[in-house]
Amino acid sequence: MRTAVKGIALNTFRESARNKVFYLLVFFGVLFALSSKLVSFLTLGDAMKVLKDTGLAAIHFFSALIAVFTGVNLVYKEIEKKTVLNILSKPVSRDQFIFGKFLGLALTMLVALAVMAGIFFVFVALNGGGFDPAIALYFLMLLLELLIIVAISLLFSSFTTPILSFIFTLSLYLIGHVMWTYNEFKVVLKAPLWRGFARFLYYLLPNLAKFNIKNEVVLGTPPGAWTVLLSILYALAYILALLCLTILIFRRREFS
Amino acid sequence: MKALEIKGLRKTFRSNFMLKKYRVLKGIDLEVERGEIYGFLGPNGAGKTTTIKCVLGLLNADGGEVLVEGRPVAAIDSRRCVGFLPENPYFYDYLTARELLTFAASLFDLPPPAVRERIGALLHRVGLSGREDLKLRKYSKGMIQRLGLAQALINDPDLLILDEPFSGLDPIGRKDMRALIFSLREAGKTVFFSSHILQDMEMMVDRVGIILDGVIRRQGKLSELIARSTQYYEVACTGIAEGRLAQIQSNYAVRDGHYVLTLASDADVNLVVESIIHNDGRIIAVTPVKMTLEDIFFSEMRNGQ
Ligand SMILES: Nc1ncnc2c1ncn2[C@@H]1O[C@H](COP(=O)(O)OP(=O)(O)OP(=O)(O)O)[C@@H](O)[C@H]1O
Ligand SMILES: [Mg+2]
Repeated sequence: MRTAVKGIALNTFRESARNKVFYLLVFFGVLFALSSKLVSFLTLGDAMKVLKDTGLAAIHFFSALIAVFTGVNLVYKEIEKKTVLNILSKPVSRDQFIFGKFLGLALTMLVALAVMAGIFFVFVALNGGGFDPAIALYFLMLLLELLIIVAISLLFSSFTTPILSFIFTLSLYLIGHVMWTYNEFKVVLKAPLWRGFARFLYYLLPNLAKFNIKNEVVLGTPPGAWTVLLSILYALAYILALLCLTILIFRRREFS
Repeated sequence: MKALEIKGLRKTFRSNFMLKKYRVLKGIDLEVERGEIYGFLGPNGAGKTTTIKCVLGLLNADGGEVLVEGRPVAAIDSRRCVGFLPENPYFYDYLTARELLTFAASLFDLPPPAVRERIGALLHRVGLSGREDLKLRKYSKGMIQRLGLAQALINDPDLLILDEPFSGLDPIGRKDMRALIFSLREAGKTVFFSSHILQDMEMMVDRVGIILDGVIRRQGKLSELIARSTQYYEVACTGIAEGRLAQIQSNYAVRDGHYVLTLASDADVNLVVESIIHNDGRIIAVTPVKMTLEDIFFSEMRNGQ
């Protein structure tokens, strides 16, 4: 890999790592995950299951927030504050810039998630639970989802303002989690045109629900290797498509 | 091969809904020879920054040709031997100077270990020693400008493009910047800098291009532009009776207790000097008064209107 791409990626990571908001979100993620202990006191049933269920949900929510927040901000800031001029006036192509940005964001998400996951594992152990490989699998799938979110926010922030990118990305995130409604929707829609359109959207929009395996993990019925492999391939393909689109847009941009 | 060659460069900006067009560059032609200091002079809004951004591929020109060291802008390698200092530069304020330069070096595929010493030397050269590890948010405007120059030099470029390098600098900073630019020429580099400050230009440049409203109006060796334009001669003298002087030349003034005569051509100088001496006068000075860059600049401005 070009040193330039590595440099951009590491600098992107460093920018997040020196941002207070980033720490705040990680902190809240951990805080809410730990407060699942409280919830487990207050609810009936298997305390450990409740602990895992609530804790993982908290981590999911806050890591997704970090993904949207960092993805939306970083590229826009670079253009708005004109630091991008210092990069693109050097022998760095637009493609390499976007690729480096994505890798840096991916690294940021990896580290943020690793911190939260690590603390969560210790927390579970302190509460008498053992190491559950299914939870590790949950985090892997969550990481894939975060990478997709980051790629989406990168796409939007390459041509619009942070506020709009934030709204768009968040909308796609929410839609991505209700994709299961498609099957029910399909039944309701009679006209073939509408069905075709719904089908088109189904394949176009990110199916993030695929990556949320919390219920299966908590209930002790994690998905099989084949399903996991398909999910990984789906994520990679989706990210690649998003990056290509972002690069196409970015290649035509002017910086004044 | 020229260091920089621009032919017929055109650029139009459009307003958001494509309704309005702003023709900013209307066919820029200029050439920068290797090893010279080239001054790109023009008033605010003339199109200096726009031209520079087209040269660096940050803006897409509508038409025309730009060759950087013989290579077209579309090739990203055309920027490998170029250093650029933007107008009012801004750098990541969460980095230190050393970190920023390390990052800049990485963009030229120079890995950190290879440039450690070079970075120290560069920071020293621009007068930032001792501040290497301070976060840039604590830098003053002048310090940022110096750092901007350091990052432009990180790849030891053959061609330096500096957009308003003197802005934000105090007299010491300006002097340092001038010395640095001269030392770069000494080392065989080409320096292309934009400015609207005539004194900077007059003191430094080998050649100058004057841009007005998106067109290069005048380009040439500064010495030639100015030499071709001796306007008149001044003869200062004393000790002569005023009545006599008025007979020799009616066009005179009194300045610092001397008489100062204004003569249109060198042919008159001998005659007038002889008569003054003949009338017991003492010659103090004979000065050819040349056009300054300022005069040239304003005469172009007037012609444009
Ligand atoms: N993105 C843009 N959209 C519309 N007009 C623009 C844009 N960028 C620059 N312009 C216009 O182009 C003209 C030239 O601008 P430019 O920045 O090149 O001037 P300049 O010669 O560098 O001036 P200065 O000495 O003030 O830096 C100005 O009238 C400016 O308003
Ligand atoms: Mg300018």
